[in-house]
Amino acid sequence: MSSVMHNRWWSWGFRSAVMLYFVLLIVFPICGIYGQSLSAGWSAFFDNLSEPLAWNAVLLTVKLALFATLVNVFVGTMSAWVLIRYRFPGRRLLNSLVDLPFALPTAVAGLMILLLLGPRSFVGELAERLGFTILFHEPAIVIAMVFVTFPFVIRAVQPLLEEMDASEEEAAYTLGATKAKTFWQVILPNMLPGILSGAMLAFSRALAEFGAVVLVAGNIPGKTLIASVYIFGEIESDNVGGATAVSVLLLTLSLLVLWSVNYVQMRRKGL
Amino acid sequence: MHVEVRGLHKKFGSFQAVHDVNFSIDKGQLIGLLGPSGGGKTSILRMLAGLETVDSGDILFHGQRVNDLPPQERGIGFVFQNYALFKHMTVADNIAFGLEVKKWSKAKIKDRVAELVELTGLSGFERRLPHQLSGGQRQRVAFARALAPEPQLLLLDEPFAAIDAKIRHELRSWLRDMIDRLGITSIFVTHDQDEAIEVADEIMIINKGRLEQKGSPWEIYKDPQSPFVAGFIGESTIVDNVSSLRGFDTASTWPGTKALIRPEYIEIGQASEFATKLSATERGRVRHIHFRGSEWLVEVEVGDTKLVTYRSLEKQVLHPGEEVQVLIHRAYLFNDNDSWIMENKLKEDPLPVHI
Repeated sequence: MSSVMHNRWWSWGFRSAVMLYFVLLIVFPICGIYGQSLSAGWSAFFDNLSEPLAWNAVLLTVKLALFATLVNVFVGTMSAWVLIRYRFPGRRLLNSLVDLPFALPTAVAGLMILLLLGPRSFVGELAERLGFTILFHEPAIVIAMVFVTFPFVIRAVQPLLEEMDASEEEAAYTLGATKAKTFWQVILPNMLPGILSGAMLAFSRALAEFGAVVLVAGNIPGKTLIASVYIFGEIESDNVGGATAVSVLLLTLSLLVLWSVNYVQMRRKGL
Repeated sequence: MHVEVRGLHKKFGSFQAVHDVNFSIDKGQLIGLLGPSGGGKTSILRMLAGLETVDSGDILFHGQRVNDLPPQERGIGFVFQNYALFKHMTVADNIAFGLEVKKWSKAKIKDRVAELVELTGLSGFERRLPHQLSGGQRQRVAFARALAPEPQLLLLDEPFAAIDAKIRHELRSWLRDMIDRLGITSIFVTHDQDEAIEVADEIMIINKGRLEQKGSPWEIYKDPQSPFVAGFIGESTIVDNVSSLRGFDTASTWPGTKALIRPEYIEIGQASEFATKLSATERGRVRHIHFRGSEWLVEVEVGDTKLVTYRSLEKQVLHPGEEVQVLIHRAYLFNDNDSWIMENKLKEDPLPVHI
């Protein structure tokens, strides 16, 4: 009896501790942002958002993040495929390098891009000759976003590919399906939940990226100023209202994306 | 489809999975590949399907060598052990897959799917996804999907392994009926001798990559060609010094010969139960009895040899420790070179001498 009571106390204690931690660390700050942004009323909030520089920054961020996500969906799916299906020397090293963008300070990533793609670098010069500039323009922002969000799609697709039963593929072959048809109709649908949830995480991470982007974007208001840098600028110039309005927009987008990821994963578990 | 296999070999690394297997199968037969796990049955099946390459030897369908044909072009249906249904497709889409590949018209596909759904008793489940079905239903979807493109050869890898005992029984006879009705040549792999005996026209016993024997279940039971086959089919006890048993003393002419004795070769009971055959019996002692649901399983000791036999529930119940008469009708003798069946000499004696 006493041990049951004991256990119950422990379990209650643990649950409460986790809840408290969660509330303090995540729920309070989020509510704080929403509260702060609306503290001056709805009209002030919309005024802050209708500021052209603000919504331009948000729009640009969403556009470039989508682009970066698209790149990662293709490259990430391909990389996951190669890392799981092929055996070649260096595969394990490559596989462990995938997580590097997670471990590396994003400012270091930004610096890498700055040095590698700058106007005096080989790639920079080549791009210049072809008629466009990478650094301090949109391509640099996309590259920074792609680099930082690279692992998401790979890491979401890999377990699905690994647990996929070879016999499903073989069944398609014995039914007469070509390799291409088997890929599109049998293998890809198996990877799709991973691709989708990986893409959504990559997207919301790309929306939020600051460190890598701020070094390479040039941050020209209305041109290459993305939302997170805009927020930073507003705080620097003591306009808390403008910063929180844009923050709320980003936060809401991220929450929506997270909720969709959860939904996709729940549906997958239902399978 | 007439299937012929000549000198089939397959190695995985240094492991010889299949070793010099030869057989031929007539059109419309249902063949069971039976043997212990890891014996090479599934490898043979997968080579027939083209899912595994052949190291050496030939596979012929209708007299045509198909070694180099990919699985897509062999005209076979394959039912996988875990069914391998397409998880994201409905039952109807699963069945239609092979037909769409063959570019059948929409209307024809619809008809064929409806026909197979009817045949496999899946009516009402067409729109379900595989995870919404029971094991037995999934098995039937896999079967319908394999049959849909009208293959000439149906290959089944442990088709009932993942289904619980009761439904397995129903599915077995259902499969038997279905294959009889369709007249399609079929080969299935199993490690369950009851399954093979019950369902197959012919059984091929595979052990350590070799084909030990091919024949009807009755032939294999009655006339096993190797000690492995004799021991694998049915229940049995191995007796080392068979010549000490009454009626088998001539076995001592072949030194090193052992005997395999099946429970059904042995009769036990009180002396009064034997009448004229009494002279061929010898005394033994009941050690244990086990109730088997439909009969008694009796362990009996003759001299220092332990034997196992059945006893009908209709007869008088024996008790452990009781002295009984034991009649051994026959034994399957084998040594390193040879194997044969020996009848009890005294039982055959037309004029037994009573003293």
